[in-house]
Amino acid sequence: MATVTARTLPWYAPPRVAHAMRQVRRYPVVALSLLMFLLVIPAVAAPLIAPYDPLQGSLAKRLKPPAWQQGGSLDNPLGTDKLGRDILSRMIHGARVSLAVSMVAIFVGGIAGTALGLMSGYFGGTTDALIMRLVDISLSLPTILLALVLVAAVGPSFSTVIIVLVVLLWARYARLVRGETLSIKQRDFIARARVAGASHTRIMTRYIFPNVVNSLVVLATLQVGYVILLESALSFLGAGLPRPTPAWGLMIADGRELIVTAWWVSMFPGLAIMLTVLSLNLLGDWLRDHLDPKLRHV
Amino acid sequence: MQRYIARRFLQSLLALWVMSLIVFSLARVTGNPLDVMLPLEAGPEEYERVSKHWGLDKPLYVQYVVFLTKALQGDFGNSWKWHGYTAMGLVGQRLPATLQLAGFALFISIAIALPIGVLAAVMKGTVWDSAAKIIALLGQSLPGFWLGIVLMWIFAVHLGWFPTSGRGGIQYMILPAITLGWFQVAAVMRLVRSSMLDVLDSEFVKLTRIKGLSEWKVVWKHCLRNAAIAPLTFFAIIAGVLMTGSVVTESVFSWPGTGLLVVDAVRARDFQVVQAVVIVFAGIFIFTNLLVDILYAYLDPRIRYQ
Repeated sequence: MATVTARTLPWYAPPRVAHAMRQVRRYPVVALSLLMFLLVIPAVAAPLIAPYDPLQGSLAKRLKPPAWQQGGSLDNPLGTDKLGRDILSRMIHGARVSLAVSMVAIFVGGIAGTALGLMSGYFGGTTDALIMRLVDISLSLPTILLALVLVAAVGPSFSTVIIVLVVLLWARYARLVRGETLSIKQRDFIARARVAGASHTRIMTRYIFPNVVNSLVVLATLQVGYVILLESALSFLGAGLPRPTPAWGLMIADGRELIVTAWWVSMFPGLAIMLTVLSLNLLGDWLRDHLDPKLRHV
Repeated sequence: MQRYIARRFLQSLLALWVMSLIVFSLARVTGNPLDVMLPLEAGPEEYERVSKHWGLDKPLYVQYVVFLTKALQGDFGNSWKWHGYTAMGLVGQRLPATLQLAGFALFISIAIALPIGVLAAVMKGTVWDSAAKIIALLGQSLPGFWLGIVLMWIFAVHLGWFPTSGRGGIQYMILPAITLGWFQVAAVMRLVRSSMLDVLDSEFVKLTRIKGLSEWKVVWKHCLRNAAIAPLTFFAIIAGVLMTGSVVTESVFSWPGTGLLVVDAVRARDFQVVQAVVIVFAGIFIFTNLLVDILYAYLDPRIRYQ
């Protein structure tokens, strides 16, 4: 009698499910539509689609449960918080906050990191050594603590959050761009540009930079989810955006002490973060596999 | 090897020094340091005392020397919020709770990740494998503090199995430890899975099968032993991450550790305590990283020459 090994046991996914999963991975339709639905559309059109002002509550409507629960109504489909503010409206505006923070932080961090990485790889020598030491140091700093000490000193604000995130993010771009620059600068067309009289700045911006854009796009996409998670954790701790900004992390913090009486205050923003980050990760993985498979370990 | 260790050691010291520089300059560069170090309601004698302690009437470089010598002696001043305690004393008092929680979280994440990782490798391509992938994906996408609240809502509020917060017996530790360890589960699981896959393909595993050993013994004894090297070194990284992750988890569950201490201190604008916790945590974080790198370099010689 043949021994049945674990591999032959009949636990394979049914073909239809497996096929569907392959399709989802091949084209990130689900991820993209979730992203549009949860993040991009609410962020762009927040004032148009949000039913209420995210900052203005009415005390008569404090802690209303969501529509499908007893005592809830369709006026506030996801309920209200303890100041009577509409949860759905705050979540829609929260998408705007999340997107704004991550875009600005990644943009600034990406530009700084790319510029330093280009210089580091192109000039080499002391410049390279100096910049790479900075990269090592910034990668070994504990993020949350850095944020806490900054907030303790200057107080929570949009710019504090951005500074913390930029300090954290730039190093990865610098390391990535430096690595690519090192190999690109060996190529013939760089030497020819040099002979043709192009300046160092021109070579870096016009000849090397276009060749690293793919990797940058992948890295940036993979980082959006991470930044959203980080920003919400900071806001949750009171080290991120100040109240009463409708940030998802702050909304969860508001709901923490109400968990016994009003679960919906923290549940919905958390779901929003989870689904957004999940779809961003799926999209990032897909982009990486298609644009730049060598980034597997980023 | 010695050269590599020496270089990494210097680098770690440098990182710690930068962190202390950040703490020092944040308090001094942004206007009047006393406004940063003391809350608004502090009286004049308090101002006087803090100013004298840190030598704030002297030039900046003298202040830095004062700060550095005191920091090296573990003196970060007296707490404003908790009267009669030094900042370092508070940290020392709260650290055991944090270490206990982190240790338990490490244990839980291994206990969950190891079997799932092995199962996913052995049953590659089946629904078990897909389930493991989904768990890994969720691990990277769930905000830890929210997971804590959800667990609290389900298991403490609704089912009443565990207390909602505080510190006591083991039942107080389970929910915080799962919350803290969750993020690591995904990482460890994927590592176990990939190294198990490598081992399952090797010649000696075929031999053990030919010998007629039971599948159970082949997988759990012979394969796992050889696949465990990579995840083992990873645990040291986790130890560092768990320490800083405790800041979030402890404030969700009101666990009276160092993480809760620093969040409370930030809210009360107790800068002396904040700087003590930050320096101590940064030290732990940076040196566990150093330890991991040395361990890696020891196990994989290629790293030393990069």
